[in-house]
Amino acid sequence: MSDSIARTAHDDAPLSAAKNPDITSLGAEPGLAPHSGDVLVGRSVTIDRPRQELYAFWRDFQNLPRFMHNVKSVSVLDARRSHWVIEAPAGKTVEWDSSVTEDQPGRLVAWESQQEASVRNSGRVEFLDSPDGRGTVVRVTLVYDPPGGTVGQLIAKVFQKEPKVQARQDLRRFKQLMETGEVSTAKPPDAAPRA
Amino acid sequence: MRALTWHGKHDVRIDTVPDPKIVNPRDAILKITSTAICGSDLHLYDHTIPTMKAGDVLGHEFMGEVVDVGPGNTKLKVGQRVVVPFVIACGQCFFCKQQQFAACDNSNPAETADMSELLYGYPMTGAFGYSHLTGGYAGGQAEYVRVPYSDVGPIVIPDGIEDDKVLFLSDILPTGWMAAENCDIKPTDTVAVWGCGPVGLFSVQSAFALGAHRVIAIDHYPRRLDLAKSMGAEVINFEEVDVREALVEMTGGIGPDACIDAVGMESHGFTADSVMDKVKAAVKLVTDQTHGLRQAIIACRKGGKLSIPGVYGGVTDKFPIGALMEKGLSIKSGQTHVQKYMPKLLDLIMQGRLDTTFLISHRMSLEEGPTGYKMFNDQKNEVTKVVLKPDGMTRH
Repeated sequence: MSDSIARTAHDDAPLSAAKNPDITSLGAEPGLAPHSGDVLVGRSVTIDRPRQELYAFWRDFQNLPRFMHNVKSVSVLDARRSHWVIEAPAGKTVEWDSSVTEDQPGRLVAWESQQEASVRNSGRVEFLDSPDGRGTVVRVTLVYDPPGGTVGQLIAKVFQKEPKVQARQDLRRFKQLMETGEVSTAKPPDAAPRA
Repeated sequence: MRALTWHGKHDVRIDTVPDPKIVNPRDAILKITSTAICGSDLHLYDHTIPTMKAGDVLGHEFMGEVVDVGPGNTKLKVGQRVVVPFVIACGQCFFCKQQQFAACDNSNPAETADMSELLYGYPMTGAFGYSHLTGGYAGGQAEYVRVPYSDVGPIVIPDGIEDDKVLFLSDILPTGWMAAENCDIKPTDTVAVWGCGPVGLFSVQSAFALGAHRVIAIDHYPRRLDLAKSMGAEVINFEEVDVREALVEMTGGIGPDACIDAVGMESHGFTADSVMDKVKAAVKLVTDQTHGLRQAIIACRKGGKLSIPGVYGGVTDKFPIGALMEKGLSIKSGQTHVQKYMPKLLDLIMQGRLDTTFLISHRMSLEEGPTGYKMFNDQKNEVTKVVLKPDGMTRH
């Protein structure tokens, strides 16, 4: 697969698989500029739909809350800028404006929060043809400056909202929605009756 | 509605719970006409499967009448009678497209899929009434059930065929069939089957249907051995004879060509080290009991085939990896790709070539479900299969 995926300097594994949490020591990071203490999240999923369709759904940022369950809303401000409202632990919300930094239709979108954002973050989602005809490899890379530093991240872990957990659950829902037209659920009361 | 719910080890109850509703476009709601207690439900009853929650509705072998269909399902119609596979499959992911329905990537909700990804490396598929590892979906031991992706799983049953003849298409009949198919049976093959519970007996039947020369069935309950014998199997009572010795002698020193472990993690007494495993289980070291499987690996002929339909969930120790490697055994296992086998097996039932009704020893009302669990658990000789009928109840 071609590649702007961040890789370690020493092997072919993606940077997000690194055991060493100090990601800045491992290698170059095209398009993303992690600082010491940042959290890097990477996750790939293969979705059996054409990449143009997946790109189009994702690029319409108002669709994101349909599969990103911690995103309450995304309002599109103009062609590049959007306003995000995120559910944070303990019932709070965090808001920021985000700008598209790179946009290749059918191929990738990258974004970065505005300078004044309380949670500095940047990310990119890439859509690559699967080399074996299995659909599209969707790869998300996120870099967070976690709220409250390490302690904030620990709290987030307790609430199951750690960025890594959130990203992999969001990507699973994106795959479900794109492949089946719905998001799988067994949640009570409607889906799983309980006394 | 009334439903059989799990509350803890050896504690299942009939509760009144909210009726299920259509949630997603491809859902359907069934009014249950028949539902069975599966041997694997006893793993839940014994609480050897983690991630159960008090109030979970059990049951993954069920059939019924379609009473509501979501707008995204153009295949099912209200009034049709259907049998539902225990695995929930979307039909559109990479795995479903190659008929590996029990590996569906989409049916386990995103939140619960994390647990099996941690345990097994990749998230497992969703299933009805079988813990939150498989999604926490409410099961079918109830008056009504919600069936997700109902345009993929349920198979429509023609009028005039009674429930008892087709109910087991939901799990144990295809599971026995796939267990035998996984043995890649040749006409001269001798197939040995550990365990003569429902899946073991259907494995015996399927092995013959797929052309096995001989089938040897192993158990210790006389009634279950009798059932295996009535299907044409030779039988071994493991309480009375050394199983490996018997198999070696019965196969002229070669050993069985294929071995099926239809016991799974509950196997009792197959070897001397069972006491040690019970101790470990008692102190909550998570170790699956694998006596039957160990014995199958040791007894299987060199270059033989091993098929494991029996359910395991965790890790085990004292696993005879040396025998496996040195003898060059090949292993196939897995939850059953029920959707793949249902149409063919329904045909065989319609042609009268497969009978499933011999297995049913007890028929009860849903309200008697807790008694059914206790009997199935405590009286394995007499009770071979319990079918529950919610008839005569009303939707609340």
